[in-house]
Amino acid sequence: MAIFLNKDSKVIVQGMTGATGMKHTKLMLGDGTNIVGGVNPRKAGTEVDFDGTSVPVFGSVKEAMEKTGANVSVLFVPPAFSKAAVIEAIDAEIPLAVVITEGIAVHDSAAFWAYAKSKGNKTRIIGPNCPGLITPGQSNAGIIPGDITKPGRIGLVSKSGTLTYQMMYELRDIGFSSAVGIGGDPVIGTTHIDALAAFEADPDTDLIVMIGEIGGDAEERAADFIKENVTKPVVGYVAGFTAPEGKTMGHAGAIVSGSSGTAQAKKEALEAAGVKVGKTPTETAELARELLAG
Amino acid sequence: MDLFEYQARDLFAKHGVPVLAGEVIDTPEAAREATERLGGKSVVKAQVKVGGRGKAGGVKLAATPDEAVARATDILGMDIKGHTVHKVMIAETAPEILEEYYVSYLLDRTNRTFLAMASVQGGMDIEEVAEKTPEALAKVPVDSIEGVTIEKAREIVAQAKFPAEVAEKVAEVMVTLWDTFVAEDALLVEVNPLAKVASGDILALDGKVSLDANAEFRQPEHEALEDKAAANPLEAAAKAKGLNYVKLDGQVGIIGNGAGLVMSTLDVVAYAGEKHSGVKPANFLDIGGGASAEVMANGLEIILGDPDVKSVFVNVFGGITACDEVANGIVQALELLKSKGEDVNKPLVVRLDGNNAELGRKILSDANHPLVQRVDTMDGAADKAAELAAAK
Repeated sequence: MAIFLNKDSKVIVQGMTGATGMKHTKLMLGDGTNIVGGVNPRKAGTEVDFDGTSVPVFGSVKEAMEKTGANVSVLFVPPAFSKAAVIEAIDAEIPLAVVITEGIAVHDSAAFWAYAKSKGNKTRIIGPNCPGLITPGQSNAGIIPGDITKPGRIGLVSKSGTLTYQMMYELRDIGFSSAVGIGGDPVIGTTHIDALAAFEADPDTDLIVMIGEIGGDAEERAADFIKENVTKPVVGYVAGFTAPEGKTMGHAGAIVSGSSGTAQAKKEALEAAGVKVGKTPTETAELARELLAG
Repeated sequence: MDLFEYQARDLFAKHGVPVLAGEVIDTPEAAREATERLGGKSVVKAQVKVGGRGKAGGVKLAATPDEAVARATDILGMDIKGHTVHKVMIAETAPEILEEYYVSYLLDRTNRTFLAMASVQGGMDIEEVAEKTPEALAKVPVDSIEGVTIEKAREIVAQAKFPAEVAEKVAEVMVTLWDTFVAEDALLVEVNPLAKVASGDILALDGKVSLDANAEFRQPEHEALEDKAAANPLEAAAKAKGLNYVKLDGQVGIIGNGAGLVMSTLDVVAYAGEKHSGVKPANFLDIGGGASAEVMANGLEIILGDPDVKSVFVNVFGGITACDEVANGIVQALELLKSKGEDVNKPLVVRLDGNNAELGRKILSDANHPLVQRVDTMDGAADKAAELAAAK
């Protein structure tokens, strides 16, 4: 089962022929991802060879979908062109668009989110500024290393890429159903709540690890959602307790503004919803381990 | 990036928001000519990125050019809530103010849309209005695709219950303010107060603008708006090298890869510090995915150049990047710094995990650098780095 991505997913890559796209398409193929095409109007009709696997390049997302039945697009498109690329994916009604690109202007991400909404949210957007998602042993759509861990029964949702890797590594002996990096920008497509709801409904997930960080109120809203809707055990971690007010900490969305968006408030909200919150990533992994052991 | 009032004023003027004349100066003597250009009287306004400057004595009327010089002398160098005044705006004096309103556009992260806010109770802290009389603050979602047309602006103005005689003029301002918000890739544009003056005109008398750093690629003029003088010298040096660095007030220098992991590293060091004389992280530094020797050397150079730093914690999880490359990067970086004549004398604690961690650890052990210690867990390494910082 897993969430959002499985062995039957047919993946295309927008921006495949760029340096980052080439590097990660090769890695995704190595993890067993069924990559059926790339998109680049200037190279349409050509093929790209990845260690013996030939991947066709199409002129548009629509054409790629018609010819291959693709249902997932991973985007490695530079910030200046990301808005147009995401809107193209939405217009083609591809069910899932994973936007890896970092540095997209907020007015652009707000615009493609509003556009997706106006089209009835037929396209689930993950990101931007995210590592993508992986269903170990089945498919990898993004840049999460495929060899950290194995298939298992933990679901992971995180704003941060490296903390996703760290947590997968800490719990590598248990394994994961799916791990979803939702991104660290102020406006993102898929939220903690969306992933929590999907993991709750996924029969292959027994426990959910949720990683948040300073900025916004997504974790607080996720806590409310957990209280009402999640029956599976949830373990949480929040980064940024020592972040000063008014400073952006790497991620565009990671900023404490006045008294809002603090790590302390997020931790308290999660704990009030019955979530066990670890002080460090390692302690958080230990909490997950204890809960799974019953 | 938050702007000064005079920069906000300039952007407002550029996009047709009605403002008064004004120019920024940084010496008292310049206040004379600026005031003469305005017809002999002016308002001298401290330029600081903090609220409450009026109450602090940072805004003064000057009836003559001489008085403007005197007021500018008083205000330049003044401290307002920890902000030193380096510049003042010499502004045209406002005609008699009859009413003060509030209008703004901002990003609503929660609803992933933009929000217009408007109130007829302007001139004071809007958070206070929102708290005490929330019904007096209209909040209207704005669709990023549809934007603010004159019809939408009228809707906002109607919801905020502006008096009929100013409604259309305020709606027109709302359209030009939206133009500013979009054209400048702003995260916030705020006018407070938006004043109705004796002539019946509507004027933006003070404003705040915050710009999106991610939009710099299409906003080449925004770089000039940066307050380079106020930037911490270490932060400025890091920025020049393309590093994502924030100076903090502790003693343990931090280098890591990935924003989330680095934020987490700061927290873990602060916890560890509780057992070691309360030492804290000295900075945030994310060297990103690559972590080549050059990037590592650049990062180390910044951190070792911070006199507050007593020890350094390099915390890397090798995802796509292999830890052996990172380990080689650290070894080469130390050699590079030595060859540049840098005095490298602070202990480094290195934790490597993930892709090729064993190889990376072996490289560090083999290099046997006298300043480098390997600790293989994040919590353990944080503890060691805090202990070393406390011992110095």
